[in-house]
Amino acid sequence: MSTAEARLEVLTRINRAKEGAQTPERPPYPRAAAQTREEVLHTFQDRIEDYRAGFVRVAPPGLLEAVRTALGGARRVVVPGGLDAVWLPDGLDVRRDEPFLTHAELDGADAVVTGCAVAVATTGTIILDHGPGQGRRVLTLVPDLHVCIIRADQIVPDVLDGVQAVAAAVRAGRPLTWISGGSATSDIELVRVEGVHGPRRLQVIVVDGPAWRGRG
Amino acid sequence: MSGLHPSRPFPEAAREAVGNPQLRANLRKVTNTIREKRLRAVEELPHWEELRQLGAATKDASLANLSDRLLELEASVVARGGRVHWARDAAEARELVAQIAQAHQVTELIKVKSITSDEIELNAALDAHGIHAIETDLAELIVQLSHDTPSHILVPAIHRNRAEIQALFNRELGDPQHLSDEPAVLAGAARRYLRQKFLTTKMAVSGANFAVAETGTVCVVESEGNGRMCVTLPEVLVSIMGIEKVLQTWEDISVFMEVLPRSSTAERMNPYTSFWSGVTPGDGPQEFHLILLDNGRTDVLADEVGRQTLRCIRCSACLNVCPVYERAGGHAYGSVYPGPIGAILTPQLLNMTDKNANTLPGASSLCGACYDACPVRINIPQVLIYLRGEANDQKGVTLESLAMQGMRYAMSEGWRFEGAVKLARLGQGPLVRNGQITALPGLLGGWTQSRDLSAFPPQSFREWWRTRNAEPGAGSEGGQP
Amino acid sequence: MKIDLFITCLNDALFPQTGQATVALLERLGHEVRFNAAQTCCGQMHLNTGYRTDALSLVRKFVDDFRDAEVIVLPSGSCAAMLRELAPDAAHWEGDEALRDEVRALSGRIFELSEFLVKKLGVTDVGAAYPHRVTYHPTCHAMRSLHVGDAPLQLLRNVRGLTLLELPHADECCGFGGTFSVKNPDVSTAMLADKARHILETGAEACTAGDNSCLMHIGGGLHRLRSGARTVHLAEILASTEAKVWA
Repeated sequence: MSTAEARLEVLTRINRAKEGAQTPERPPYPRAAAQTREEVLHTFQDRIEDYRAGFVRVAPPGLLEAVRTALGGARRVVVPGGLDAVWLPDGLDVRRDEPFLTHAELDGADAVVTGCAVAVATTGTIILDHGPGQGRRVLTLVPDLHVCIIRADQIVPDVLDGVQAVAAAVRAGRPLTWISGGSATSDIELVRVEGVHGPRRLQVIVVDGPAWRGRG
Repeated sequence: MSGLHPSRPFPEAAREAVGNPQLRANLRKVTNTIREKRLRAVEELPHWEELRQLGAATKDASLANLSDRLLELEASVVARGGRVHWARDAAEARELVAQIAQAHQVTELIKVKSITSDEIELNAALDAHGIHAIETDLAELIVQLSHDTPSHILVPAIHRNRAEIQALFNRELGDPQHLSDEPAVLAGAARRYLRQKFLTTKMAVSGANFAVAETGTVCVVESEGNGRMCVTLPEVLVSIMGIEKVLQTWEDISVFMEVLPRSSTAERMNPYTSFWSGVTPGDGPQEFHLILLDNGRTDVLADEVGRQTLRCIRCSACLNVCPVYERAGGHAYGSVYPGPIGAILTPQLLNMTDKNANTLPGASSLCGACYDACPVRINIPQVLIYLRGEANDQKGVTLESLAMQGMRYAMSEGWRFEGAVKLARLGQGPLVRNGQITALPGLLGGWTQSRDLSAFPPQSFREWWRTRNAEPGAGSEGGQP
Repeated sequence: MKIDLFITCLNDALFPQTGQATVALLERLGHEVRFNAAQTCCGQMHLNTGYRTDALSLVRKFVDDFRDAEVIVLPSGSCAAMLRELAPDAAHWEGDEALRDEVRALSGRIFELSEFLVKKLGVTDVGAAYPHRVTYHPTCHAMRSLHVGDAPLQLLRNVRGLTLLELPHADECCGFGGTFSVKNPDVSTAMLADKARHILETGAEACTAGDNSCLMHIGGGLHRLRSGARTVHLAEILASTEAKVWA
């Protein structure tokens, strides 16, 4: 068996099969009516709460307290390289993913705190492009609690806005993780169970205010 | 049942399923629940119809230039450090996965739910090589532990209720505590069982929901996080995708991420979606293989009518709205692709040569609910009708085809039809009791299994019309039979 | 208006009273009804069972018989859907583009009875009287192919003495499906069982619809169950008056 031979044959079959197939005209992408920033933020909050994830919206001075509250009893906290240290309250056992933590170390952590690349209001989706402040994919996967800090100006109205916002990252070869609420299953009698393999709890903190100039 | 080949004709398999009250109850509950949820999720988007049209056109555009797209995808994945393999059929794809596993001396691997891997009967083939594949999706785990087969694209254990799963997990997962039948408790048991596997297993196998040619990006859409575990934690990742899954540009992803979750789980968005392009240094598997699978897809592509089947994004909306699926369940279709989409995909992937699979296009009352629900506008009823013709062509002359020909002849002239009706009226004599027929012979016997039939009346419409016009002044008050 | 009636083969042979009621109704509304006795069948059963060549010869016959019609009215949603939606596709599959074009040219003049009354004529009160408790089953083809919407319901709401009872899960198929009902009798029966249960739940004396094929299946089941409920074609209700009851 040769995959080169298979490749040639599959391509030949396709070229034979698609003879006469026309490339159809594509209709324009339908867009929703423009929304105010407040409407967008409100929709995002509604969706996150609908997923039964934690949501809080704070002005920059309230961030530390919000992170503390979101972490609850979690003490061993993992953070990605590039996460702004000012986001983290004192008194935590913080492990920075520099050098890379092992799977076992991650499994022993209570929580992870990250930023995000962009967030989509209509679907309540947080998109990580795993750039600075977001870390490797495994960081937001293994610990049981994910605290995600989102700047209000990172929240866009629709899926297409989100896709466009991370286009450059994808073209640069970066992986993406889309998160819409916590891990969940409906496999048993379609009863939704929150928390299966990924983080069982998601806490979203939206930071909003003119003085805010965080990074992430 | 495994793979694509049904072991018996649909009507026979369905008869058994229809007679199973537990199965019927589970199916009714699940399909009705998700049907209503889906309607709400869809109504929320003001431009649903436009999104469906865009989704269909986006897939069609990719399919119209499929070889270019696949070559582009191959180049992009390779440029980002991945490897691309091509498989003409199931056997080649299975062999490729086994070879990769053997190259890494792997005896156990973890899997994300992938119907494509079920299509090629991967697990059994790996077993034969001494490699154990562990299903990590909760429903697939239930199915695997009970030595069963999936019955639904999205909810593979739809035919099992919580009591059955409770008994299974108490038996198979060896939990010291007796598990209750609470779904949360049962899911927790699966989490404990699988966590160590995720953290220590060296190789994973996944399918792919989409792949972007331009960027070499592969996508897995899921809910539980088992997919993220599988595509992130192991050192080696193999993704098997049907060649029809490729899209052209990154932006093409958007419309499908809008319509897929709402159509499948009836959510605004599924909890987790992973996208990756080749290998990312320091993050995730450092060895990535993408297997491009034909296995009959180019035959489907070659058919002008059947081609639209390849738009399918495996959302399962058509299953959930289908009245036949609701009664017969997934196993009756005898293929990894059940429901209305399976009824058109399975026989086509087998190039209309499998006798049992060719009964699948008949597994529909042609009510059209599937077409209305399909987010990429596959006209399933149209394809079903078309494929019934293709299946008949394979069979040649049968009792049925002769009967149909005879009827067509009788209907070729008005007077001839009138004569045939008169003959039938005479012939029905022995069958009629009190104006009803309660037992019909031969091909029509299925009718009177559960239904009576009113007998041919003494006068047909055309006979009445003639007498009415012959009697002056009869008008519309004329002769009620 | 000069209306050509396409009675359909099933109504002609088994349910002539539906055709008679259709004639009575349309004449009462002041129209001239014509019946071309050369007509037979739209070919739906042949096409849906996978006999395209046979079906297309019947489509060809339909086109020849109705070429000059001003409007063609059918007391059947599924036959109307066959002629408007499927026949052109089937002609194309067989490479008969001339037939495809001809049947397409006719499709704007083909109407199912309720859509003809409500959408074409703009009539929702046909002056009918029918003092019975009735529930309405929207047949799949009328609903999903023809998009007749609530036209039949508008007509029924204006029938004197009629109590219209809402059918639960109305939009679910009854399980007829042409030869599906004999080739897959078990699934068809299971679907029928639910439809019959929903009909009986309403407490209606009769279930009505715009298609005698579905009604033959539903009615056959109701009769076998000795349920006491019966089926009646929409045309027969709409044709009924205080003076004359059609069904």
